[in-house]
Amino acid sequence: MNKYTEDDLREELKTKKYEYGFYTDIDSETFPVGLNEDIVKAISKKKEEPDWMTEWRLEAFRIWQQMVEPEWANVKYKKPDFQAISYYSAPNSKPKYNSLDEVDPELLATFKKLGISLDEQKKLAGVAMDVVVDSVSVATTFKKTLAEKGIIFCSISEAIKEHPELVQKYIGSVVPKTDNFYAALNSAVFSDGSFCYIPKGVRCPMELSTYFRINQAGTGQFERTLVIADEGSYVSYLEGCTAPSRDENQLHAAVVELIALDDAEIKYSTVQNWYPGNAQGQGGVFNFVTKRGLCETNAKISWTQVETGSAVTWKYPSCILKGNNSVGEFYSIAVTNNYQQADTGTKMIHLGKNTKSTIISKGISAGKSQNSYRGLVQINSRAKNARNFSQCDSLLMGNECGAHTFPYIEVKNKTAQIEHEATTSKIGEDQIFYCNQRGIDTEKAIALIVNGFSKDVLSKLPMEFAVEAQKLLEISLEGSVG
Amino acid sequence: MDLKEKLISSFLAFENQVDVDSFVHNIREEALKEFEDRGFPSKKEEDWKYTSLNKILKEDYSVFPKQENALEYSEVKKYFIHDIDSYKIVFIDGKYSSHLSETTHDGMDVCLMSAALSKPKYRIIIENYFNKIAKGNSISALNTAFSKEGAYIHIPKNKLVEKPIQIIHFSTGNEAALMLQPRNLIIVDENSHLQIIERHQSLTENPVLTNSVTEIFANKRAIVDYYKVQNDNEEASLIDNTFVKQKQESHVSVHTFSFGGKLVRNNLNFYQNGERIDSTLKGVTIIGNKQHVDHNTLVHHQEPNCESHQDYKGIFGDNATGVFNGKVVVDKEAQKTNAFQANNNLLLNDKATINTKPQLEIFADDVKCSHGCTIGQLDDNAMFYLRSRGIPEKEAKALLMYAFANNVLESVKISELKQRINKIIATKLGVNIGFDL
Repeated sequence: MNKYTEDDLREELKTKKYEYGFYTDIDSETFPVGLNEDIVKAISKKKEEPDWMTEWRLEAFRIWQQMVEPEWANVKYKKPDFQAISYYSAPNSKPKYNSLDEVDPELLATFKKLGISLDEQKKLAGVAMDVVVDSVSVATTFKKTLAEKGIIFCSISEAIKEHPELVQKYIGSVVPKTDNFYAALNSAVFSDGSFCYIPKGVRCPMELSTYFRINQAGTGQFERTLVIADEGSYVSYLEGCTAPSRDENQLHAAVVELIALDDAEIKYSTVQNWYPGNAQGQGGVFNFVTKRGLCETNAKISWTQVETGSAVTWKYPSCILKGNNSVGEFYSIAVTNNYQQADTGTKMIHLGKNTKSTIISKGISAGKSQNSYRGLVQINSRAKNARNFSQCDSLLMGNECGAHTFPYIEVKNKTAQIEHEATTSKIGEDQIFYCNQRGIDTEKAIALIVNGFSKDVLSKLPMEFAVEAQKLLEISLEGSVG
Repeated sequence: MDLKEKLISSFLAFENQVDVDSFVHNIREEALKEFEDRGFPSKKEEDWKYTSLNKILKEDYSVFPKQENALEYSEVKKYFIHDIDSYKIVFIDGKYSSHLSETTHDGMDVCLMSAALSKPKYRIIIENYFNKIAKGNSISALNTAFSKEGAYIHIPKNKLVEKPIQIIHFSTGNEAALMLQPRNLIIVDENSHLQIIERHQSLTENPVLTNSVTEIFANKRAIVDYYKVQNDNEEASLIDNTFVKQKQESHVSVHTFSFGGKLVRNNLNFYQNGERIDSTLKGVTIIGNKQHVDHNTLVHHQEPNCESHQDYKGIFGDNATGVFNGKVVVDKEAQKTNAFQANNNLLLNDKATINTKPQLEIFADDVKCSHGCTIGQLDDNAMFYLRSRGIPEKEAKALLMYAFANNVLESVKISELKQRINKIIATKLGVNIGFDL
């Protein structure tokens, strides 16, 4: 048997192609490139939105014009030209579907290639899905089943039309328009996204899921997700992303707002696999996302993310622990390879008494990539008995990549208990040796060790996602150990 | 006129006072230009996010003290570690006091920066070492522009300096407000061993701002232990910039004891330039009232097989603010690096604040780097244990806090200094514990 050396592994990794890099030729309607008030108005009109929404968008646009792009993140990239992006691209043949059979067969084929074949998942996994291709929500499955429980799960444009009172009350309440450059941009031009409302005391019977895909060239994707869990309810929400391979960089700037009212619990899981660019670092998606959740009394928000894609990631799912006894959790695996750059982490803002937060972040960098953890734990002076535990571990493969940790800890209350620890290491030769000695070949050993390294986070994912995430990890990393 | 303008406009007058040597003159001019461009650091800069200089820059500091002032040894004896034999370099209001000092040229140089900067025999060393590592921030550039006086210490090869060196700066309050900019250069050649104790002390309530820069060069296998005692009164502020460059197999440790001052900022930078180097950075901070202490450390690992150890403990009461910003950079050549960083803090009051940011930036894969950071309060069980054995609350608390800070103290190699610091800690904690260690 030929010895499978580390060099082979590295080579294989370099040449491993992005599996989801196909482009579907569906007719789509794309706006002219560029951004001005007219485009914002046109998007709003296209979506048949009420006046207050148009006004809200225009306000955000004006705020955005005053802002400058942030530069503090530990990533380097050529700034996108915001006037060279088309802000709206919708698959053209879009009637209102009542069942999946009516969906454009070519689109369905796309989903099959993605391995998420809608009907199959619908039956087997019992997952209700909202699929967003190039900004527009295409299908929301299982709507009826959910409706019986009073759960609203639809695209955000539908929600603006049908549940304006909920949208108007909560949109922008957690991530205000003024929050940051990309959040303002998103507020002005978001074209679609998902909306979810779980009524009081309802436990959502299935996992809700959204799938995002950028298809058209030269478009930006700006989706907006709003999840509201009313008192005492529970929901688990999944999000997945892919994009076709292209040489130019595509922009993805989403905003996700979670609102957990008293005693509610939201579990939000993301598997992000946007096109990361080729081995030379060309192309790939710029992923600039603002995600934040608000916890009222006794509420709990848990973020789980597996980040393997994107050329540049800039993402900090955060929790505002406003209510007493609320809980925030953040579990993350970020994998970077080739020329990918990730600057990701979380913010835990403790405002209420007896609030707890847990941060577990695992960074794996290979190739020439840079992987940063940036987090903030803030304990305000009235947050008595706040508790935080943070752990950030980095695994380096090869000596051309970098791992960075920037934890900010700000404490203003003496009863707070904060622990933070971080380690950086590589896969030890002794660990590999131990496995080899027991008849496990090097490749399997590495998979075993990486899986063990990520176990804390993988175990937090819902079942279906955990399998997919494990596969993704293997694709991105197997054997790239130096 | 704000302080920046005042400093810039007094530069000409300053240069007239000193011998204008073209080499140092160029460095000063360049540094002034850097300061002019960048000004005092503001909270907008990432490194100064949690520390604002505004409130201490408002005073109308006099930049050059007008008159000389003498002090009697008996008045200030308590600020020395007086029960051991030592070399002393003492400055009063920024001016050298030969009366209180004890310098030497016998086989080594323990003398003044002003002499080193002006006398030709030191020329080659100044050209090789002066301002080689004190770069990168505007506040040290300001010091460079006005560099004139301070300690100059050069220990040649294979010399064990048996007596520690004490560098002490007194300010007497002759001026309504005084700004001092001492500049130290310390070179320790191969196989030599040196211990230094540094202290800044204001004798009155008049505001003092000290912006100090120290450059330390440790050549092959040199061992340097540097102790900074910061127990000044609450009108004195200190910005201390220390830069250390180490050659292979050298060991350098810097201990910082911050118990006093209105605002204290320690910029401590280690650059490792050789293999098998060991760097130690330790500190104890115990403050209260409205005091503010900021530790900003950098350890830059550039070559393989080196180690660094950082251990900072902080106890913050009343409205005090503590900042720790530690950074470890490991270059990709620096394989087999072991870097450890720990920052533990106790908050005693709800109005006290701690901001900590332990950073790692790692480019090499075969390294062991870890950092840990905790913020908490005294353990109730431990308190109960002590109370149930008849130890009053105050003493019990002090005992626990003392234990908390102790492993930093353990590595202090001068036992008289250790005792002195124990005493200061006991006073700070308001108890009388007879520790004899």
